[in-house]
Amino acid sequence: MAEKKIVDGRGSFCPGPLMELIAALKSSEIGDELEVLSTDKGSANDIPEWVNKVGHEYIATTESDGVWHIMIRKAK
Amino acid sequence: MSANKTCVVVVSDSLERLQMAAMVASVGAVSGQEVLVFLSMNALPYFVKGNSDKAPHEGAMGKLMAEKKVPEFRTLFEQAVEYGDAKIYPCSMAMDVLGVEQGGLEDYLEEATGLTKFLDDARDGQVWTF
Repeated sequence: MAEKKIVDGRGSFCPGPLMELIAALKSSEIGDELEVLSTDKGSANDIPEWVNKVGHEYIATTESDGVWHIMIRKAK
Repeated sequence: MSANKTCVVVVSDSLERLQMAAMVASVGAVSGQEVLVFLSMNALPYFVKGNSDKAPHEGAMGKLMAEKKVPEFRTLFEQAVEYGDAKIYPCSMAMDVLGVEQGGLEDYLEEATGLTKFLDDARDGQVWTF
């Protein structure tokens, strides 16, 4: 059963949110959905690049009140 | 040249340089690159076990970084090893000058390496110097 997880990287700066995502991916199963919260715009740009590069699935990014929500799915 | 090998030489004690070196090493390592880090000169003392000294900043950016929640450079180096294919080598010359043994350095560091071996390992990679 795929899970949904929130990775709260708010307040941190690049590459903090990315590292927190990687830590969360390590303890996730294939198919799990992870939503990274970030107040750092650099991470909002960088995380989708990383996700595509290493072969996970990038779903979408939304922004509200200065917080970016970056949705991805663990694919391997 | 292998596009997949990144060698990072760190010799500075400035916060900005240590931070940038740690970012290159950690992001490179978690993006599927083989990363070799060589710590020497003023950078090595920061990796003596138990040393939690803050690195002095060079300029305005470093001052801002010190005030904000930027990931600590030591944490990023450790994550480069833990999450990716990074190896961090302390320079054997710098260890001799400092008078520190392998056991006196952080556990995530590799065995001490001399320049001859590091230069040989770095021959077919890109080299970044901080």
